[in-house]
Amino acid sequence: MTRALLTGNAAAAWGARLSGVDYVPAFPITPQTEIIETLACWIDNGEMPGRLVTLDSEHSMITAAGAAAATGVRVFSATSSQGLLYAMEMLYTVAGWRAPFVLINVSRGLASPITLESDHNDIMAARDSGFLQIHCATCQEVLDSTLLAYRLGEDARVRLPVIVNLDGFYLSFTREPVEIPEAEQGSRFAGTFDPENMRFRATTPESQAVAVLGGSPYSYFRYEIHLAAENALTVYDELAAEFAGAFGRDYPAVEAYRTEDAEYILVMLGSFATKAQGAVDRLRDAGWSIGLLRPRLLRPFPAATLQRLLAGKKGVAVIDQNLSMGRGGVLHTELLAALYGQAHAPPVVASFIGGLGGRDISAEEFYEMADALRRATDEGRTPPPRLLYTRDEIREMRKLQAVAHVEREELNERR
Amino acid sequence: MYRIRFHGRGGQGMKTASRILGNAFFGEGFEVQDAPRYGAERRGAPIFAYVRAAREAIDERGIITRPDLVIVADDTLVPEPASGVLAGVDEHTVLLINTMESANVWRHRLNISGPVITLPASADVEDRAELPYIGATCAGAGARLVGVIGRETLADAIRLELAEHGAGVIERNQENALEAYDRMEEHAGTVTESGATSAVDYERPEWAELPFEAARISAPTIYAAANSVEVRTGLWRTLRPVIDHERCNRCWWVCSTFCPDGVIAVGDDGSPSIDYDHCKGCMICVAMCPPHAIEAVPEQEAQHAGTAGEAP
Repeated sequence: MTRALLTGNAAAAWGARLSGVDYVPAFPITPQTEIIETLACWIDNGEMPGRLVTLDSEHSMITAAGAAAATGVRVFSATSSQGLLYAMEMLYTVAGWRAPFVLINVSRGLASPITLESDHNDIMAARDSGFLQIHCATCQEVLDSTLLAYRLGEDARVRLPVIVNLDGFYLSFTREPVEIPEAEQGSRFAGTFDPENMRFRATTPESQAVAVLGGSPYSYFRYEIHLAAENALTVYDELAAEFAGAFGRDYPAVEAYRTEDAEYILVMLGSFATKAQGAVDRLRDAGWSIGLLRPRLLRPFPAATLQRLLAGKKGVAVIDQNLSMGRGGVLHTELLAALYGQAHAPPVVASFIGGLGGRDISAEEFYEMADALRRATDEGRTPPPRLLYTRDEIREMRKLQAVAHVEREELNERR
Repeated sequence: MYRIRFHGRGGQGMKTASRILGNAFFGEGFEVQDAPRYGAERRGAPIFAYVRAAREAIDERGIITRPDLVIVADDTLVPEPASGVLAGVDEHTVLLINTMESANVWRHRLNISGPVITLPASADVEDRAELPYIGATCAGAGARLVGVIGRETLADAIRLELAEHGAGVIERNQENALEAYDRMEEHAGTVTESGATSAVDYERPEWAELPFEAARISAPTIYAAANSVEVRTGLWRTLRPVIDHERCNRCWWVCSTFCPDGVIAVGDDGSPSIDYDHCKGCMICVAMCPPHAIEAVPEQEAQHAGTAGEAP
């Protein structure tokens, strides 16, 4: 085992390499491109077997990935943001084929206005596609989750494609120490894909593009995908235990940090959760009784685990790095649905929206969220959703608007 | 935890510098996080990169707001607010500037109370082709300032980062970086670690409500045509083309036609002038001019000497 500094993108490429990937359909997009560049380099110089093909779009890329997976080979691909959205039609389609493969999504905010920086609206848009979703907080987790994702998606009880999500910039371009397992260790865990009877061959033609009319067969096929996704909760727990045994790293479906005796709980996804972890430590130093829950699985949603871990807590703050227009934070909504009607559910579940389009969340803001949560529980009243946006940011925005106005006048005068 | 920020321009090797310093800390047994930060990547534009190093696992992420050390590879960036060189700099922060001017000049100019150290690396650069080594040089100086990185570890860190570029490039970078390392001897250990922000006594963020505003205001729309003239792309320039009007033969078309940004205007007498607000310094005009009447002058030098006598 080697411990080296790797970016999240390099860690994703290592995950694919150690999983013995056969086929990589690829299309570049910032901040993901380094992943396919790394794989292309390894395949080109013979360090890694397999075949990488550049496609004409993400739509074609996912079609190729699903088609290749249906033949029983191991497939890897990667995208981000607008690319994931461009592939959206085929995400739903290939999940319906029940063709398992691993897709990395490097989270990046969506247009308009266009940005390159990170938030979770892209991955949330794929929430209902039938792909399972694993959300990572560190570069190590990206590598490890890729290995796990193959086993999870390929399991006969599941047979669904899996997205492994990492945050753009904050993980994709950030190097951290990562333990890279030996090739033999990796392949021992990843094993080989046994597609059983699902194995498309040119000599025995099948059709994946089935049409059904009448809602009854349609309901059957769609609900079967849902049941398979729900099975993934049990399968995931088994695999995480096996992974911990093999590598000594523990990845429960919901990571619980200092929650056991905590009265207040922060809940969030992704790499900013390590910042929340630091904030929990500082708040504990200051006498707070607080902890952090980080769901690693968003689909399937680990509702029962969250219900158990949150039972009896005084207050919960959900920090969403996404925004569902006209509703608010997606994770907040999902958590409320899981908690409703549960005995001992926390009386206050507050919603915070932050970190959109790469906006940072400072340590002070974590402390302030904890404070707002305590005030709300003291009053016994859930506060309205709060966008993390400061007076200084509004002033800065006003300044930009003023500059835009002046420039417009200036340009108009020139004409 | 050590929190270090490198500032430079795209192409000056700031990402490489952060990775070399990251490797060096890692080689000394530290936990490390390093990353470059840029927008739409382009040569010459201000970029920065950062390194965190600590004895325990690092849970912070993103841009360093309270740096222990700021390293500036290109001093033309310091007065440029958009480059954010001075963001979060306080009396604890050590500022290391690659400059020909003295530390005192910078201390007065910037009115800062913390230590300022200068690294006159550019003075040694006679050949412009040597400039790409500035990243390793800055990393070498930084390694000495923190005082916890050995000379050998630094050399190994460079070898690891530049492995794919071959022995020649590695040796040249090592030579420059180690020279900077040695030059910083008297300042070894000046940079010290700082702790995390306390949850007891902290500056409370002033959150505010965003008001609803009509789409005419709140949609990301640009209501003016041909507005790119407002973006001073001249700030990205590291080399400045300077016309020698004595030598110019008034051909009236070569430089202005080949300029990819359309920033060379030709007067009625056939003599060209360059719009330095928007010239990005690609040097195509220098290469194309038949009588070799355009010279490439380092931007730093041009600004100090006021060579062209024109903005910026």
